[in-house]
Amino acid sequence: MNFNLSEEQILIRDSIARFVAENYMFDQRNDVVGMEHGFSAEHWHQFAELGWLSIPFAEKYGGFGGGPVDIMVIMQEFGRGLVAEPYLATVILFGALLQAGGGEQVKSDYIPQIIGGELQGAFAYLERQSRYQMTDVVTRADKDGEQWILNGEKTVVLNGGAAEKLIVLARTAGQQSDEHGLSLFLIDASSSGVQRTVYRMTDGQEAATFSLKNVQVEAVIGTLGDGYALMAPVIDDARLAICANALGAMEALNEKTLEYCKTREQFGVAIGSFQALQHRLVDMFGACENVKSLMLRAVCAAQDGDADAQRSLLALKVMAGRAGRMIGGEAIQLHGGMGMTDELSIGFFVKRLMIINNLFGDADYHQQLFSALVNTPAGSAAA
Amino acid sequence: MDTRLNEDDLVFQAEVRQFLSEAWDKDLAATYGNIATMKEGVEEWQTRLFHKGWAAPHWPVEHGGTDWNVTQSFIYNSERAAAGAPEVLPFGVTMVASVIIAYGNDEQKKKFLPRILNSEDWWCQGYSEPGAGSDLASLKMRAELDGEEYILNGSKIWTSYAQYANWIFCLVRTDGSGRKQEGITFLLIDMESPGVTVRPINTIDGFHHLNEVFFDNVHVPIENRIGEEGKGWTYAKSLLVHERLNIAEVASSKRALTVVREEARSEINGGKSLLDDAIFAKRLTDIEIELMALEFTELRALAAISEGNPPGPESSLLKIQGTELQQAIQELRMDVAAYYSGTLQGELTPAGLGHDFADTAQKLYFRGRASSIYGGSNEIQKNITAKYVLGL
Repeated sequence: MNFNLSEEQILIRDSIARFVAENYMFDQRNDVVGMEHGFSAEHWHQFAELGWLSIPFAEKYGGFGGGPVDIMVIMQEFGRGLVAEPYLATVILFGALLQAGGGEQVKSDYIPQIIGGELQGAFAYLERQSRYQMTDVVTRADKDGEQWILNGEKTVVLNGGAAEKLIVLARTAGQQSDEHGLSLFLIDASSSGVQRTVYRMTDGQEAATFSLKNVQVEAVIGTLGDGYALMAPVIDDARLAICANALGAMEALNEKTLEYCKTREQFGVAIGSFQALQHRLVDMFGACENVKSLMLRAVCAAQDGDADAQRSLLALKVMAGRAGRMIGGEAIQLHGGMGMTDELSIGFFVKRLMIINNLFGDADYHQQLFSALVNTPAGSAAA
Repeated sequence: MDTRLNEDDLVFQAEVRQFLSEAWDKDLAATYGNIATMKEGVEEWQTRLFHKGWAAPHWPVEHGGTDWNVTQSFIYNSERAAAGAPEVLPFGVTMVASVIIAYGNDEQKKKFLPRILNSEDWWCQGYSEPGAGSDLASLKMRAELDGEEYILNGSKIWTSYAQYANWIFCLVRTDGSGRKQEGITFLLIDMESPGVTVRPINTIDGFHHLNEVFFDNVHVPIENRIGEEGKGWTYAKSLLVHERLNIAEVASSKRALTVVREEARSEINGGKSLLDDAIFAKRLTDIEIELMALEFTELRALAAISEGNPPGPESSLLKIQGTELQQAIQELRMDVAAYYSGTLQGELTPAGLGHDFADTAQKLYFRGRASSIYGGSNEIQKNITAKYVLGL
């Protein structure tokens, strides 16, 4: 039993930490977020050269064949540096879906392009009415001869501005919220009938709403009608990845806040010398340690294909959401007026944590999923 | 002990409703709510209140106030908030005016109060400095007396709407030799004076409302000093108590909670309304129950004032609980907006974004984080409560 990273994982972690130290200081990050699409194309090519884009992909497509621990290491470091490049959207969602369900031709065409940093993708699964119920889908796919045609609207698609290809979740059968009857389709984002409305998220990343009118599908991903079964494990991996991202952000916030409390003086002493604030800093530290523990629990369970994996993952998502909000709020409060400004990075970390809480469902929603899992007689596993 | 409204109160309530339905219209709300036209909106709203005679209800009648009793003040505030109308900006009418009325001389009252009442002047507050936040009394901005003028050097920070203001009231250091609370003087300063510059501070809500104000050899005539030199701390402290009462904003929170409830009602998750979601319902009603208690804590404080007792350190508790509830409601609304709470509307319309209130919710959420920091942080309020209320 140990919780140590492998030598390879330590190398990846250190190389990202170095990249962040050299490229992601406060002003540099502001410049990056100010660029078209909210990230640096140059950085993305560096990611490709450093091999980071190859991590989750199979070796036969030029990938590294990495697992959940590798993804955790990467996303946690990205979180510490508040890295803006769309690793989640292109690699962890779009890339993983292609790998899980794409035909051989699609995979050998596109996965090497992702690994090489030449293709930006996104997963369009949300709709305005769906809220956190991912199966609540009214976008339709209909067959016209041999050709599948999409009609509908997908919203808040992360990396929607830069994405050249999209995987779209659409209904081919069943009622509005049925799990069955959902299918995944690959489309070109510049196809005729695709209208893209781009906006920014509070943390600077770009998202888009796609209106689809008689859009021709490039390929079906996976089996028709079984799209949800294909995407569910990919979403679970993404949940793990964003919790690692949140953990990194929380660690950074705690370090910055601790440093501020040690150096900011009021009443002739460092404010960190006040017990009332010390106890709160301890609570922030404790919350972060709890997230770290559930993170390691969930990532080990995922790696081993443990029967307990789902329970650990849901618990992690609940706690990461709540701890993120608590730590974010306290970080602003303890920085006082400075925490309210765009002159420090505190607010940007807080915004990232807020967005992560909502991704794939917020803490309350995940607590309901958790409750349904553990309170169902057959579903409850021993601690 | 009686909290029922009598017939006179009901007549007054009807008058307030009538006025609000005419004076706070959709166009004005839109002007006020848009950061680009906010200044215009504030001035128009306050002018309408001025013409009604309600711009400064809590002032003495001789200066243009009303003689409302505590019940009438409560009715007005409740109705105003329920209509979605804002309070008058506090910097002039509530803050500096309270000090001028209590400690200013007749000339100062004659010169400044009418122009506050009709919104001719826009005031901002110069208290905090980069090195003096929670420890306000450690402020360092110097004022040297030179004949009939003070010469000012230093800076003030977190100055709300300094970019619109033509006057600023400041605490300045005129003597650094004794206790830090001594040697502080209260000055009124024309923002047009040579040597005053304003630097905007951009904040996490995406608005520009905060500033840093620099004073470089700014000359201020001695007649702009309130009361005695070196007594500024005493004057300011009495004002802070008023500021804290104001900060609780119970009536606005009641309205905000109603809005969130209706938004949640039409939000559907997995086929049912968010209000039918047990976790959400618990969070919403927890807030409502605390708000009901706070509403009466506020009434008790107002009743005490109306009986001639000055607002005491209990106002700290109102500030703490009021701001915590504001923040809880803002947070809840973010959760109603779900994944849209992370989106920025930018140049789009709500329809273009696909969501009615997400952009507003996130801006209010991030702006609201300041409420537990300004007006004396909630930590300072707890210190005050521990020391002066509990005697610790």
